[in-house]
Amino acid sequence: MNRSLRRVAVAVLVMFTALLVNANWVQVGQANSLKHNPNNKRLLYSEYSHRRGPIVVSGRAVAISHKTNDIYKYLRTYPGGPVYAPVTGYYPLAGQATGIEAAENDILSGDSDKLFVRRISDYFTGRTPEGGSVVLTLDDRVQQTAYSALAGHRGAVVALDPSTGAILAMVSTPSFDPNPLASHDLTTVARAYKALNARTDAPLLNRATSQTYPPGSTFKVVTAAAALSSGRFTPSSQIPAPNQLTLPQTTHKLQNFAGEQCNGGRQISLADALRVSCNTAFGGLGLRLGDAAIKKQAEAFGFGRSLSVPLPVAPSVFPDNIPPPQLAFSAIGQYSDAVTPLQMAMVAAGVANHGVVMQPYLVAKTLAPDLSTLSVTQPKQFSRAVSPGVAGALTQMMVSVVQSGTGTAAQIPGVTVAGKTGTAENAPGKPTHAWFICFAPAQNPRVAVAVIVENGGTGGIAAAPIARQVMQAVLGP
Amino acid sequence: MSALAAPIDAPRRRGTELALVLFGVAITIVAYASVGLAHDQKLPTSTVSYGLGLTVLFVGAHFAVRRFAPHADPVLLPTAAALNGLGLVLIRRLDLAAADHVGKHHRAPHGAAPLQLEWTVIGVVLFVAVLVLIRDHRRLENYTYTAMAGALVLLAIPAVLPASHSEVNGARIWIKLGGFSFQPGEVAKIALIVFFAGYLVRKRELLALAGRRVVRIDLPRARDLGPLLVAWVVSLLILVRESDLGSSLLFFGIFLVILYVATQRGSWLVLGLMLFVLGAVFAAVAIPHVHDRFTAWLHPFDPQIFGRAIGGSYQLAQGLFGMATGGIVGTGLGQGRPDLVPFANTDFIMSTLGEELGLAGVMAVLTLYLLIVARGLRAAVGTRDPFGKLLGAGLAFGLALQVFVQVGGVTRLIPLTGLTLPFLSYGGSSLVSNWVVLALLLRISDAARRPATATPQPPSPDEATTMVVRR
Repeated sequence: MNRSLRRVAVAVLVMFTALLVNANWVQVGQANSLKHNPNNKRLLYSEYSHRRGPIVVSGRAVAISHKTNDIYKYLRTYPGGPVYAPVTGYYPLAGQATGIEAAENDILSGDSDKLFVRRISDYFTGRTPEGGSVVLTLDDRVQQTAYSALAGHRGAVVALDPSTGAILAMVSTPSFDPNPLASHDLTTVARAYKALNARTDAPLLNRATSQTYPPGSTFKVVTAAAALSSGRFTPSSQIPAPNQLTLPQTTHKLQNFAGEQCNGGRQISLADALRVSCNTAFGGLGLRLGDAAIKKQAEAFGFGRSLSVPLPVAPSVFPDNIPPPQLAFSAIGQYSDAVTPLQMAMVAAGVANHGVVMQPYLVAKTLAPDLSTLSVTQPKQFSRAVSPGVAGALTQMMVSVVQSGTGTAAQIPGVTVAGKTGTAENAPGKPTHAWFICFAPAQNPRVAVAVIVENGGTGGIAAAPIARQVMQAVLGP
Repeated sequence: MSALAAPIDAPRRRGTELALVLFGVAITIVAYASVGLAHDQKLPTSTVSYGLGLTVLFVGAHFAVRRFAPHADPVLLPTAAALNGLGLVLIRRLDLAAADHVGKHHRAPHGAAPLQLEWTVIGVVLFVAVLVLIRDHRRLENYTYTAMAGALVLLAIPAVLPASHSEVNGARIWIKLGGFSFQPGEVAKIALIVFFAGYLVRKRELLALAGRRVVRIDLPRARDLGPLLVAWVVSLLILVRESDLGSSLLFFGIFLVILYVATQRGSWLVLGLMLFVLGAVFAAVAIPHVHDRFTAWLHPFDPQIFGRAIGGSYQLAQGLFGMATGGIVGTGLGQGRPDLVPFANTDFIMSTLGEELGLAGVMAVLTLYLLIVARGLRAAVGTRDPFGKLLGAGLAFGLALQVFVQVGGVTRLIPLTGLTLPFLSYGGSSLVSNWVVLALLLRISDAARRPATATPQPPSPDEATTMVVRR
């Protein structure tokens, strides 16, 4: 009987081998597809079953998880509300997270490699893993000021520290309340999301980073920078400023804003052309510089590059191979120029920081659950836009814009402010977008700001006062 | 011990057994503490008492083996103790999840782990009782037909009882009286193996006679087909009448293997497998309950089958999700969601294990089962009497087949059946009967490893040559 017994033993061995191979197939081979099967709620439950780290601004949590009694164990709430919503984003039960919630998910959920050692010890001690905190560069005072100044408008504000690139304020209006979107009740989520999505004023859009606009006359700073950098012009160089600029190869004419004259239709200095925002002068200047020189200058400020701050930033565009008639429009920020508010803040910050654009960033540091520091963001140079000399000249020109030009509404008593207005045509028959970019104090800049008010009218009237309030919030009383 | 006896006197290795038992208990205690740590972030206060209790229980069993089966294989008891301990921990872990789920506003449900602990004690007591009462397994041969009668009665009871006293979740395999419930099939399994072994030992020479030769296979004589056909029909009856796919498969498989070992004729296997296929096809087509199992096995992730309230694949798919999410090392005890799988502590205990201890845990546990089966078969090979060989083969292979059908079902190797996983699953009848199976294997192994001089056993004539070659 032993012969057949041994054969039975071989059969048993085959049976167990089949089980072992099959277990490997389920738990390793197919593991990924089974793990992410839509009916497998385990990953979702596990994400929610431990405390997600907070997002912190000025020592206060703008996003934080609270313990609940339902199956998901922790509810994500946003004390920062609409003021911070475009930055924090939201972390929905089913669906894609947005904002910092998405960009810093590894730290917040505790999945980051930086937290690896801690996770290993959690595995063996059975301690519930927790996420780390993300501390933002935003300044609550500046953010709140910018949000209330922009309230009631569609638009965006970005404030940077020019010497580091730290983002001090990032506001986009209209905003939204992220709390219902993170609800554990899926009907609440669906209703809130549907309502927000149906609105024509796009509250879920972060206009500061994801929306591009024609920059209008704020782009003249870039054109002026290209002119000064070419070595062929100084601030006092006289350039033609006709009442109408006849465009080559067409019968179209470029006019000044509201058909105004600059300097009586005679020649004007480059500095004065910027101060009064003379379209014909800059249009002509653009034609003389050529599209390649302007594009090169724009790219030196960051155009054409995608950024991660770590929110993804849409690249700003200065078009290629522009035919001469359109080039005159492109030189004054019209035609198909398209910029994000963040990009225009970088232009102001680059001029302010002696020609060096710093890499903009939102995350100051990340902390482990025990509040030990995981990482601190070190400021780093993004690009050199212009030489220190050119930056100094541009600063002087922008100071006179605020002192006696189109941007007087941005004046702050006792502080020298440098700025540039923009009034951008966007669609036929629609009111213009109002722009203002600036920095202060001019000689020792602590803040650079870009403001856009969609269809807000002229930059000097609609945008400059908002920029002034934001600068004042940084500089203090 | 005389110098002459030494070469054939295998070492008893009782010290090894004690060390292994303590190791098994240590694994259990660490796992128990780990579950508590994960759930309450602190060491459970009961860890010490729990550990001491299990130590006393299993070390007590060890001393019984030392006294009543001193030559038995030293690996069998520790392996079973480790599996039983691990099962207790997993069941407790699922209790905690169930209590959490109910929440603060409701009374926590009655835990399964304390009951399983009681059944463990009963199981170990019965284990010792079997070792004490059955000093020689050959005595069981005298009860061949008594065992058959007993098994048939036990199997028949649920089928004749009204459904309210026999049906749980669609399978009529219970005896429910008042608060007490019992699965007679588990006990019937042992009785049937005793019957098969006793019966086939007597009939094997007759059944080994060759009939016609067809395609290089010597078929048995048609008039000898009776027992095989009876076993087949009874298995099908169990399936149809009690909706118990697992037991049906198990009984037929065990019978077939004992028949093969007894006769050494592969033709029986071929015939048996043909009958099995016939039965399987019939069942899959004609029995709705079995048909559902097949459909769920083939298309577990089809939304329609997944979402079907009765006879769907929800449980199977959830089990697979759990195991896949556990991956190679698992989530860690107490840190997965095995409670998402319905009946996780009985039929799907393997998915709990796979989710929280990972592939590593699954492979370790399968290896433990393989160890018990291998040592059981080795005892069957080593014992000198044919009845002991058949009994050992039946018990060991029965365990292997049950693990294969059970784990294979949960991991979607084969369609799902309703068997329990020996020693791990929650369930008193199953646990207790497996401890009895283990005691019988130890008894046979004791006989196999006992020095020939100590208790002379007449070698069976047809094994004589084999014995000489082996030793």
